[in-house]
Amino acid sequence: MTRSISRREAALGFLAIAGTLAVGCGGPGGGGSRPSGTSPSPSAAPTIGTEPVTLKAYFETGFPLARALTDEFTRQFPNVTWDIREDQFAVITQNAPRVLADDPPDLMRLPQVSELVGDGLLLNLDGYAEVFGWSDWPPSQLEQLRVGEGGRPRGEGSLYAMGLNFSMTGVFYNRTLAERIGMAAPPATLAEFDDLLASAKAAGIVPIVQFNGGATGGFAFPLQNLMAAYGAAGPINDWIFQKPGVTIDTPSNLAAVRHLQEWIEAGYFDADANAMEYAQMMSTFMAGDALLMFNGDWESGNLDGEMPGEVGFFLMPPAEEGGPVATMSAPLTYGISANAAHPDEAAFFLDWAATDERAREIVVEVGGSHPMGLPDAHMPDVAEDSVTGQTLAAGARIAEDDGAMDFIANATGSVYAKGWTPQLQRLFAGDQDPDGLLAAVQSEYEIEAGS
Amino acid sequence: MTSPSTGPKPGPGPAGAPGRGRRPGLRPGAPAGLRTRWWVGWAFAAPALAAYAVFVLWPMVLTAQYSLYQWNGIGPSTWVGLDNYGRVFTDPELLDTILNAIRLIVFFSVIPVLLGLAIAATIRRIAASRLAVVARTVVFVPQVIPLVAAGITWSWLLSSDGLVNQLLSAIGLGGVTRAWLGDLSTALPAVGVIGAWVQLGLCTLLLLAGMSRIDPALYEAARLDGAGPLREFFSVTVPSLRQEIGVCVTVTVISALASFDIIYISTQGGPGNSTMVPGLEIFYQAFSDREIGVASALAVVLMALVLLCVLPVQRLTRERP
Repeated sequence: MTRSISRREAALGFLAIAGTLAVGCGGPGGGGSRPSGTSPSPSAAPTIGTEPVTLKAYFETGFPLARALTDEFTRQFPNVTWDIREDQFAVITQNAPRVLADDPPDLMRLPQVSELVGDGLLLNLDGYAEVFGWSDWPPSQLEQLRVGEGGRPRGEGSLYAMGLNFSMTGVFYNRTLAERIGMAAPPATLAEFDDLLASAKAAGIVPIVQFNGGATGGFAFPLQNLMAAYGAAGPINDWIFQKPGVTIDTPSNLAAVRHLQEWIEAGYFDADANAMEYAQMMSTFMAGDALLMFNGDWESGNLDGEMPGEVGFFLMPPAEEGGPVATMSAPLTYGISANAAHPDEAAFFLDWAATDERAREIVVEVGGSHPMGLPDAHMPDVAEDSVTGQTLAAGARIAEDDGAMDFIANATGSVYAKGWTPQLQRLFAGDQDPDGLLAAVQSEYEIEAGS
Repeated sequence: MTSPSTGPKPGPGPAGAPGRGRRPGLRPGAPAGLRTRWWVGWAFAAPALAAYAVFVLWPMVLTAQYSLYQWNGIGPSTWVGLDNYGRVFTDPELLDTILNAIRLIVFFSVIPVLLGLAIAATIRRIAASRLAVVARTVVFVPQVIPLVAAGITWSWLLSSDGLVNQLLSAIGLGGVTRAWLGDLSTALPAVGVIGAWVQLGLCTLLLLAGMSRIDPALYEAARLDGAGPLREFFSVTVPSLRQEIGVCVTVTVISALASFDIIYISTQGGPGNSTMVPGLEIFYQAFSDREIGVASALAVVLMALVLLCVLPVQRLTRERP
């Protein structure tokens, strides 16, 4: 009666089941029926109405802006309530396709959108852009959110997402330490910037604290700023947007990596950079242990609160005095699921965040960044001397010079994790040279962009 | 393969305990009836078997199936046969993760087992003193501390101005100080040290328990034959601990090859992929790169590798009849 199953039989059985499944049942996924590029075409701008509505939202933990806006929205439109779920950005990045497919939110914080568009998971917003008049805004605000058919290239085509604001990056500095080494005004040229770093080093101050540890190579910030100092922003954007035939391995970018290498060799970065996470960088800078930090204006409000009057901000200077400035600037991206239950209300909210006066004030006060929308739209009063005031002013300068770039980390889904991060870590460790770095990143990019 | 249910020895479990309010006299015929109905045993095992099938076997079958496709987890999939396996064995990035895992065996397995033997032997010799209790506690504490907390603590200890470097500087070794987790050549050993610290407690405790089982007469006989402490250790203690050493090696080798948590917390595979291991790579491939096929193929290879390392250990350390 009793019969034991031998290991070999068990293994054969396992293989047989797996084989049957693999051959007999066809591949996983492939529902394939999801309409790609569905686009609502409203004839007039949708309104919120008076019927009770519950909007399902998926936000990023640690950034209070989205919740502050939804609270205000419900105050103005009491028939709207929110069902909000929050996660860390890394978790959102990893789960975005699944969530959009299986549990579609009306409004969701999004990572890079190309692949989501390719899978037909995001609602095409062209119709809303028409009726709400988003098409009249400065085109650069929405450029990064436009995606070609099938997800490539980015930077042109239909609109698939919106920003709650657009953030901007540059150099934060500690005013006390800057005074100690005699910095009267922010550097106007790259050479002056180098001098500033050298005098900090000579005074025994850590010139730059920058995270570059774990899976997040933060040296991409100074590197991209150096790239824009040595060359034009346009070709860098083309590469990020996966336009055909563009390479990152150019002479001006090579000069930028060499410059970064010189900084590394001169000991201008905190020695722990390769073991440092973002949070550690922030605590080091806020403890007054370093002169500079390359970071974005999403920290402006935080720095104004924690170190009032202590922190200054400037844009990376150009190679030649008076030359055009450029820096990384990106919308805080939100999108609507292709299967959302209330797309009209979600689109109305996105428009409201850019046009309502109180909403725009919240965007500046809570988010620290510039609101979306028309250039002459309402702006709250901000103390010019505060970090927020300085980053907003810098944003205006970038708009003037048309110097907004997306992040080189956003070019493909994993060029950051598999290309930039390990290569920049190896550069810091002295284990990679500038030529090798660009070649390796380009080859990683081609594997993905070609697939 | 380490199923605890394979042991035929009847234990003094609750089933054998008499009393407990259940008088056997009430159902005199039951045991005989149970023996004749062959399916009753299966019925009792069915809930567990069902859970095992749904949560272990079925995902394994699916993983094996996914490994034969190119799939991003959402859209349609393409049959690619064994191409994903080809990539695992030819892409240096993926192959390196396997080599790193094998290197980690030294830290997660060899060091804790050897050190655990030495520490357990020492604690046994001083078993009567209060120091033994303290030592046991200190060695076992890493098993109790949440790994996340341990990872954060260690990343501070190993930073360039952390305690480790302060101690090195204090004894005149300032020249070798560095950011241990941030250096390409030291990151993997540094992560290994954290692993060794975690595994040491488990090994020591297991071995100590094994030692308490050894017949004291064996030691007495050895001593009468003129054996010193070292000879006692190698001729009595180590051979008697064959099974416990087997368990230690098995558990720690698996934790080295399938490591994820310690590395995810301390380095996330960096710097420059120098601490990337298969567990982490599978996670990145599946959820960042959305290469479910490659991730599944690497998972299947990892499972085969674990079996390949663990089965010989099981065979070698099996008690001879």
